[in-house]
Amino acid sequence: MGAYLTRRVLLMILTLFGMSVLIFVMLRLVPGNIADILVDSAGIVSADEKAKIVGELGLDRPIFEQYLQWIGGLFRGDLGFAYVSERPAIEEIAPRIPVSAKLALLALIYSVILGVPLGVISAVRQNTGLDYFLRVMSLSGLSLPSFWLALLILMASVQWFGVIPIYTNEPRSLLDEMLLLSVPAAAVGFRSSALIMRLTRSSMLEVLRQDYIRTARSKGASQTAVNYQHALRNALLPVVTIIGIEAAFLIGGLIVTETVFNIPGVARFLVEAILWRDYPIVQNLVMLIAFIVVTVNFLVDMAYMALDPRIKYAD
Amino acid sequence: MRKSLAIVAGMIAAVAVAGPAFAQKQGGTLKVTHRDNPPSASIHEEATISTIMPFMPVFNNLVVFDPKDKINSPDNIVPDLAESWSWNADRTKLTFKLRSGVKWHDGKPFSADDVKCTFDALIGKDDKTKDLIRKNPRQVWYMNLKETTVGSPTEVTFHLGRPQPSFLSMLASGYTPVYSCHVDGRAMRSKPIGTGPFKVVDFKRNESIKLVRNADYWKKGLPYLDGIEFKIVPNRSTRVLGFVAGEFDLTFDSDITFPLLKDVKSQAPSAVCIARPQNVRSNLIVNREKEPFDNPRIREALVLAIDRKPFSDILAQGNDLVGAAMQPPPAGVWGMSSEELAKLPGYGPDTAKNVADAQKIMQSLGYGPDKPLKVKVATRNIAIYRDPAVILIDQLKKIYIDGELDPIDTTVWFTRVQQKNYQIGLNLTGAGVDDPDVMFFENFYSTSSRNYTGYSNPEVDKLIVQQSSEADKAKRMKLVAEIETILNKDAARPTILHNVANTCMQSFVKGLTLQDNSIYNGWRFESAWLDK
Repeated sequence: MGAYLTRRVLLMILTLFGMSVLIFVMLRLVPGNIADILVDSAGIVSADEKAKIVGELGLDRPIFEQYLQWIGGLFRGDLGFAYVSERPAIEEIAPRIPVSAKLALLALIYSVILGVPLGVISAVRQNTGLDYFLRVMSLSGLSLPSFWLALLILMASVQWFGVIPIYTNEPRSLLDEMLLLSVPAAAVGFRSSALIMRLTRSSMLEVLRQDYIRTARSKGASQTAVNYQHALRNALLPVVTIIGIEAAFLIGGLIVTETVFNIPGVARFLVEAILWRDYPIVQNLVMLIAFIVVTVNFLVDMAYMALDPRIKYAD
Repeated sequence: MRKSLAIVAGMIAAVAVAGPAFAQKQGGTLKVTHRDNPPSASIHEEATISTIMPFMPVFNNLVVFDPKDKINSPDNIVPDLAESWSWNADRTKLTFKLRSGVKWHDGKPFSADDVKCTFDALIGKDDKTKDLIRKNPRQVWYMNLKETTVGSPTEVTFHLGRPQPSFLSMLASGYTPVYSCHVDGRAMRSKPIGTGPFKVVDFKRNESIKLVRNADYWKKGLPYLDGIEFKIVPNRSTRVLGFVAGEFDLTFDSDITFPLLKDVKSQAPSAVCIARPQNVRSNLIVNREKEPFDNPRIREALVLAIDRKPFSDILAQGNDLVGAAMQPPPAGVWGMSSEELAKLPGYGPDTAKNVADAQKIMQSLGYGPDKPLKVKVATRNIAIYRDPAVILIDQLKKIYIDGELDPIDTTVWFTRVQQKNYQIGLNLTGAGVDDPDVMFFENFYSTSSRNYTGYSNPEVDKLIVQQSSEADKAKRMKLVAEIETILNKDAARPTILHNVANTCMQSFVKGLTLQDNSIYNGWRFESAWLDK
């Protein structure tokens, strides 16, 4: 186990290193840099002014040197200066992370709380009216783009309640914030909950047909005990995998939802930074996302052992 | 009896004059939607309403277009930081007497040195170590300014190379605030210091711009508002829904298109929506250095092929305005009348004949229904550019030009145009001031950094300078019409339409006059108040 963990950690470091090189190079392959964009945004075509900005930002130095400076800074906790705001990148990124993290966590909780029990109900009530209803709901969840759902929610709120649940002022308390984020979290989590529900249902159906379930029933175990203690635990393995993948995928969903609900989170900020070729912001944020994805994958692998004691990672 | 009547009449007159002053209420925060992140807060470095609208209230100019008047014209310029001004005999020296006792937001005194410092930076004669501005999109506005001298702390003189009556109009633009000498460029781009009615509290990218009342404002009793909050809401649907729900008091300038207006009026019937021209025009850009558009005959055919009415009908429900480069009257001060316009190629009412003439030209050059000219129509990849470009492509088909849309990433649009890496394209051009100097020097003068297409015609350059020096307005208008005619004949960024759009506010927003011939002026907000 110890050697396995060491291998996994080393692999994570290698993956992150590969990501850092990839994002650094790819950003510089995209046409246009911050100098082009700053000058372009002012509607002028001055090569001198572009050259001046390029020099000021150090973009005329060899790419390898720029990379080393960035990585060195990362190790020292210095994320560099944002090109557009001319402020330290950490000051731009740090306040936005908690907002997105809370939204993502709420969305994930929402999708698990809704997806897993409904998946179980749908499986144990297979081919009943309730099952058909839940399957139609889950299909609509998978088919509706989150931006469309988000807009529908906003339109309905304005039309029926005369209010709009968007982020306009900093919430006064955590409870306020959670209430404010719950609507966008539902918009993001709806798709994930549909996916989790369908997967839970199919996984449960497969497990419910196993011999040991029949044995449990013949021993006189209650239906609830069979469903939740024997079947669900074994059906959860693929569900946990998909929850891990969805956690990473949520970041994509957040971009749209943060835009529609006007949430000042990190996902919308990342898109803005990409458009402005604000390298220090993009590089650091992509590395952060890569770190989260790699860590979540690692945790999912560890969760397998907890869920199924038969699984052992060999040294 | 007569005396009593006179007293009563006098009282009525006094009440009538003072009435609005009594009605204005102090306090409240105006909540405004903002469409995107301003590139920076430094007005002198940017060329976008995204910067002007939130940051103009932070500053003052020397002079300003009367904010109570809808039309910006040389006849309605009023003092701002300057108390008065005078020209010398040959009209090459413009001297301003400045107000005393004005303070910057950080408490330091304003003086003539600040004016000199600002304009030295704009003509590249500043102290480079201060880095007051690093981009200068309006360099061409000041190409006739040779020097700025300080006579005393309250007197400053601009020395011009030749007479230029419009110089005062450019000083009156929202694009011409006076900067402070003691603050560096980085601060001006993020949290600027001004002398204006509002101070910057915070400029959070992707979130908001918060301004608070300047209690020491030199105009006593102003502003009425306690503050202004611009909320950055990039999604237009969210902005509109937020306005309808009452979350915002004022929409971003010209944010409500005519199709959207119907929704707003049905959901928020009390909202006040004002349709007005923006002095922003859609125009065709032609790469005249590359085949086949190096041939003036093909350029002539392009000009004839533009049928303006469908553009207006489809995009603005028939509300956009037909004009040449200058915005047409009555909102435009310098534009050609409809009778004059009709004489220009492509503007005549018989569009079928125009197209037939264009077809003949194309056929004479070897093109036809079976042998169309294949081109790419480049444009910025945002809806307000793409939509007219699609209509343009459709119209070009009639003259055997088979266009394919080439949407260019918005961040590198001008770079692509500058590199002449396009055949033809559709562009939008806004005018900071409704004045021929601004329009012609910026866009058509051969050495201008904003003459993207590289149009160069010595005759036009000469006429541009000639009209610029002309003090007689009637004579100047004739020269302007002459320049417009040549530009149209040369297919130099032929205008498709002048845009009209709506700005909406809640019924309790008062004291804000939207200006009809430039969206870049009139955003001082010092007289705005909330009637609630």
